[in-house]
Amino acid sequence: MTQPISLDVNGTTVHLTIDDPAMPLLYALRDDLGLHGPRFGCGLGQCGACTVHLDGSAIRSCVFPAISAVGHRIVTLEGLGTPEKPHPLQRAFIDEQAVQCGYCINGMIMQAAAFISSNKNPTEAQIKQALAYNLCRCGTHLRIVRAVKRACCGAS
Amino acid sequence: MTLPPSLSRREILKVGGLIVIFALPVRLTAAGNTRKAAAAAIPKVVAPDRVDGFLAIDRHGNVTVFSGKVDLGTGVRTAITQIAAEELDVPLARVNVIQGDTLLTPDQGPTYGSLSIQNGGVQIRLAAATARRALLRKAAQRLNIDEHALTVDAGVINAAHGKASVRYEELLGDGTLALALDQNAPLKDPNRYTVVGRSQPRLDIPDKVTGRFTYMQDFRVEGMVHGRVVRPPAIGATLLSVDADSVSDVPGLIKVVRREDFLAVVAMTEWGAIRAARQLKARWSDWQGLPDEEKIWDYVRATQVVRDDVTSNRGDVDAALAAAAKRLSSTYDFAIHTHGSIGPSCAVAAFEAGKLTCWSASQATHHLRQQLALMFAMSDTDVRAIYIDGSGCYGRNGHEDAAADAALLAREVDRPVRVQWMRADEHGWDPKGPPTLIDMQAALDASGNVSAWYSQFYGPDGIAGKVKLVAAELAGMPHEIPMSPGGIIAGTAVPYTFANVKTLAHRLVTTPLRPSWIRSPGRMQSGFANEAFLDEIAAAANADPIELRRRYLADDARAIAVLDRLAQLAHWQKPSTHKNETGSTATGRGVAFIKYENNRTYVGMVATVEIVRATGVIAVKHFAVVQDSGQIINPDGVKNQIEGNIVQTVSRTLIEQVHFDRSRVTSIDWQTYPILTFPDVPEIEMELIDRPHERPWGVGEPSAAIVSAAISNAVFDAVGVRLRSVPFTPDKVLAAMKA
Repeated sequence: MTQPISLDVNGTTVHLTIDDPAMPLLYALRDDLGLHGPRFGCGLGQCGACTVHLDGSAIRSCVFPAISAVGHRIVTLEGLGTPEKPHPLQRAFIDEQAVQCGYCINGMIMQAAAFISSNKNPTEAQIKQALAYNLCRCGTHLRIVRAVKRACCGAS
Repeated sequence: MTLPPSLSRREILKVGGLIVIFALPVRLTAAGNTRKAAAAAIPKVVAPDRVDGFLAIDRHGNVTVFSGKVDLGTGVRTAITQIAAEELDVPLARVNVIQGDTLLTPDQGPTYGSLSIQNGGVQIRLAAATARRALLRKAAQRLNIDEHALTVDAGVINAAHGKASVRYEELLGDGTLALALDQNAPLKDPNRYTVVGRSQPRLDIPDKVTGRFTYMQDFRVEGMVHGRVVRPPAIGATLLSVDADSVSDVPGLIKVVRREDFLAVVAMTEWGAIRAARQLKARWSDWQGLPDEEKIWDYVRATQVVRDDVTSNRGDVDAALAAAAKRLSSTYDFAIHTHGSIGPSCAVAAFEAGKLTCWSASQATHHLRQQLALMFAMSDTDVRAIYIDGSGCYGRNGHEDAAADAALLAREVDRPVRVQWMRADEHGWDPKGPPTLIDMQAALDASGNVSAWYSQFYGPDGIAGKVKLVAAELAGMPHEIPMSPGGIIAGTAVPYTFANVKTLAHRLVTTPLRPSWIRSPGRMQSGFANEAFLDEIAAAANADPIELRRRYLADDARAIAVLDRLAQLAHWQKPSTHKNETGSTATGRGVAFIKYENNRTYVGMVATVEIVRATGVIAVKHFAVVQDSGQIINPDGVKNQIEGNIVQTVSRTLIEQVHFDRSRVTSIDWQTYPILTFPDVPEIEMELIDRPHERPWGVGEPSAAIVSAAISNAVFDAVGVRLRSVPFTPDKVLAAMKA
């Protein structure tokens, strides 16, 4: 049974039709809206590659039903900033060259952005703890931590 | 031939003889791949001995590099851009790299073995040098000035007196780049480098951190539908029956596809395909063909040996062992590992007019083309495989298999099909780094010299060939038979000048799970055994481990330089200050060294660890690393690779192990196959030795190969026990400390 829903994504209201109330938000964002920021990694909420903001909090869009996002503000990596006007974290990830393949980086930036919005001057240990449930396989961790530090505390 | 990458379709058609295989959707062109998409319609020379195989310069002076080697997340695209820009004297911004497209790029071999720069980049450099000289000669003719009185700046050839100049593109249009690669083309003097050797920020990062980058997993074509595979619940199970009605209520379902034991669903939407795959009811036979995981090493040892490869043999090892003043012997083992890319394997395939096009993040699109051609009984030339960057790739993972899945489904439904594996497909069905066992023996003579070194490696037979495609095997379609574990014996020999050395690889007829290569295949296992055993020898000889290595590398100045700088960087102290500590946490340091494959990149490292005595938990705190990889193209890129090698291998060493029962892999997600997370990542301090006048060597693997040994040696320094079995789980540490 199909059902029209409206979502507030990156400041714009979008209308789409879903045919399964259990469909995770990730598929609406990627397949219906064509966004590339949130990505499929595990579908289990274990790796963080799909992370988006829901009313400013980091959530795992691969296990969060699209229908539950109705009425909330969704922000994806695309809504955080652009190459021309990057968010301070995006700028810091570029400055620190904190990417290898970059597949996990959406999650790293979205998780860190939600974290630093409520933790203005975190220690390195706090940053590592905040990102403890975001997985990176290439081993870019040290650069990612440096980038988060740079974004919230100036150049590391 | 020179063709501007921005040719319109009409212009392209004027060139004649073109086959436009696919109209690429607007969404792709909006995502930073514009030029790739446009160029996809251009037929060209792909011979690896032709300049026009590798290079084109358009009428605006833009340079397109056609690279058979691909960027697996390593930064190779940027490094190759630097090499081409430097050698041609054009600005970086005017160079675009097209990678791994069988219609456009030369076959430079798969992107493995740390060879992208060492071989691939060097070929492209030679193509650029050949082109540069041809252009200079042409300019000399046109300007009527001696070739040697010309200089190049930003693609403009200038006469020394400054009165005449001509642009590269003005000299083209008549086949100037239709040249054979000239092995003697003069290469630019590295003293004049302005781009190579500098830390150029990676070109892909701004798009990657803003969601603008198009990964394979983002790629779409018009009319595309979605497939998901339903793998057997036991690896060798036979599909007995399928209840297609069980998914008839899934919206947008197109087809349940069954071919022998290959089972999949195709739906209009991705979520529909996922739902259908989960919901589909099928009956499978029982199968319990895997060995007992608890007894894996007995199994490996009992596996039939089909061949012995002697990788080095010097002096008389047997006699020296017999005459030993002191004999040592140890066995090392290294568990089965999975690739664990964060993004599961993904591909899009389309059949059109009897031709197959496949978009894949394969590290070996030229191999993939041949494999798909074999599978579908087509000619190679009717298959085109196009690389698109995927999630990190550390060897032959599941990308090729997803490509075969997509191709099979595309043929079944006669539409372009995208397949992305689910997490359990990836962990369960990607090919694995095989279990490896290594027996070590050594002799010390009365003066404490290492008089014999004898190693026996047990690993599956085969080379870095083509790993059979899961879909082809399940569907009973033609596929490769031999195992392809990678070049796993390349690290068995050692660089040390011991008087008597024999290194042997027993090649096994089989291994429990489909094998392939994962970062530093076999070399990581050998690097672990060799460098940990050498530490055992140093302890037995009461020698400092760096001094012992220096003694047997004395003729190799670059090796000595690495060890000396490592001792400085790490503030190496002899003897170790950590012995006899008694606190609840013990600290230790261990050294390891490698000359990769005994003929290239040198790495030395010192690991610092802390062990909680009560729990056996190892925390790897710090690495000091020195590396000489010859000429460095992009220093920050090299550092990024070293950091990645170390962090990934700390994870593999401490935690990782594929689990299985008699039927299937049971570690099928990140809970059952955990990897290292942020709180446990060590600090890394490093020094690169740049040698601009030497050849560039690979950096993507070498530093990974000795991480396990450095940790094992550090544990010995801390608590006096040897860890010879990867992963170093707390139970193994506790057992070793109790023994």
